Amino acid sequence: MGLLDVLLGRTKPVPPNLDALFALPSAAITLQAATDFVPTGTGSVSFRAAEGRAFSDIEKDVQDLLSMGEAKSSVEITADSYGFTWLVCTHAADDIEGLVTDLHAVNSSLEAGGFGPQLLCTILGFRDASGSRLGLVYLYKRGTFYPFAPQAGERRNNATEMQIRGVLGNDLKIEPDLGRWFPVWGAPGL
Amino acid sequence: MAKTRYATDKGLIARMGATMFLIGLVFTAFIIVIVWLLTQYSNVSSGGIIFIAILVGVGVSFGSYYWSDKIALSTAGARLVEPQDGPMAAELHGVIDRLCALADMPKPRVAIAPGDMPNAFATGRSSKVAVVCVTEGLLRRLDRNELEGVLAHEMSHVAHKDVAVMTIASFLGIMAALLVRFAFYSELFGGGGRGRGRGGNDQNALPVVLVVLLVGVVVYAISFLLIRLLSRYRELSADRSGALLTGQPSALASALVKVSSDIARIPTRDLRAAEPLNAFYFAPALSATQGQVTLSTIFSTHPSLEKRLAALEKISKQLSK
Repeated sequence: MGLLDVLLGRTKPVPPNLDALFALPSAAITLQAATDFVPTGTGSVSFRAAEGRAFSDIEKDVQDLLSMGEAKSSVEITADSYGFTWLVCTHAADDIEGLVTDLHAVNSSLEAGGFGPQLLCTILGFRDASGSRLGLVYLYKRGTFYPFAPQAGERRNNATEMQIRGVLGNDLKIEPDLGRWFPVWGAPGL
Repeated sequence: MAKTRYATDKGLIARMGATMFLIGLVFTAFIIVIVWLLTQYSNVSSGGIIFIAILVGVGVSFGSYYWSDKIALSTAGARLVEPQDGPMAAELHGVIDRLCALADMPKPRVAIAPGDMPNAFATGRSSKVAVVCVTEGLLRRLDRNELEGVLAHEMSHVAHKDVAVMTIASFLGIMAALLVRFAFYSELFGGGGRGRGRGGNDQNALPVVLVVLLVGVVVYAISFLLIRLLSRYRELSADRSGALLTGQPSALASALVKVSSDIARIPTRDLRAAEPLNAFYFAPALSATQGQVTLSTIFSTHPSLEKRLAALEKISKQLSK
């Protein structure tokens, strides 16, 4: 925010950065090569629904658009307890590119409708042989990724997260400020 | 460029700009008049007085700005909480985490103040050391959507750097009061003695003190009204930014109604204890009684409930178009 914005007390809504998502397929390959984690084929987009008809129309269009796709993919809408809407897309585990394309379709529909600033994050789910979960979270407003490894009882496995940060440092722009690695407990699709 | 639904409120911005311009204008005029008066007609060493007044004024303002978070937290008796500190704290952190990610701003510290009075405030000199504080009463009364609306409002205060803006604006009033006081005392105690030595200036001494006093009082009154006006505009701005951030102006409106109607029912002792903090509160402790009294409208730090609701309604209409 510039000085003028401060003086006049206005905040410009932050537009989302959408293109960085396409780095995910290659990051998933790197991750599989270096660790036990494999994609679950599930990804989700989270946004804060705005009130009013305009937004719900767009939401419905997006859902129609995604469920028109081929039979091996599915889409599901859920709301979390914080009032955020999650569009959960499921593809075959090896079809990360198709998944990312679907997620991107959600984003660009929202953005085209003028609701880009409502986008919160995208999560791509991973799992290792022992059943540990890992989410690669993409922050739209920062244009950065961070790993989120939830454990039972709302604890995070920081060691795994640090390890993932090292592994993916070359593929993805990892969020440098650890204070912004906010936890997404119970995120649908993770 | 994708289309945007987030037009700025040009009228509000123009009014706010005009208010700040007036504050600056009055301040400049005030300094010029005082310096001129003292150098022309007084035997008081005006340079010294003004220097001391500026020093004290800057000190007081800087102190209240620099320690704004600590002062506000201890006045409210609030304690900082981490997500692990229980379900209330976890919920609060969860909501704030998401708002920060939506708004792309650093996460403020989070505090909970005891007490049943539903309210919230944000303070701190920069967004890095900012604190967002809510009362237990607020957490109990509001559902999560409304809580999110209130927190978005408070975080807009942080983003707009309202603590800094209001400190600078209040500087005018502080300076006016200090200069008057110093001029008065130095004329009374210091000036008289020196004046006798130089003879002729004695007749001028008393009227000058009166003029300085008068100027100071007038400036103080004007600046008081202007600062309150500015504060009300900043509140409307925070309402607006907060509502646009969540996309839920109606949730904020419903929180406002709940909080305001609840405040009317709480005991006076609580109200008085909370009064010094009003400028940074979400809804001021006395706002509920304001509806009937017209004069109090121009003295209050917050716009009336009806005004805030009307502004939010406008945003809601804009969003559903």
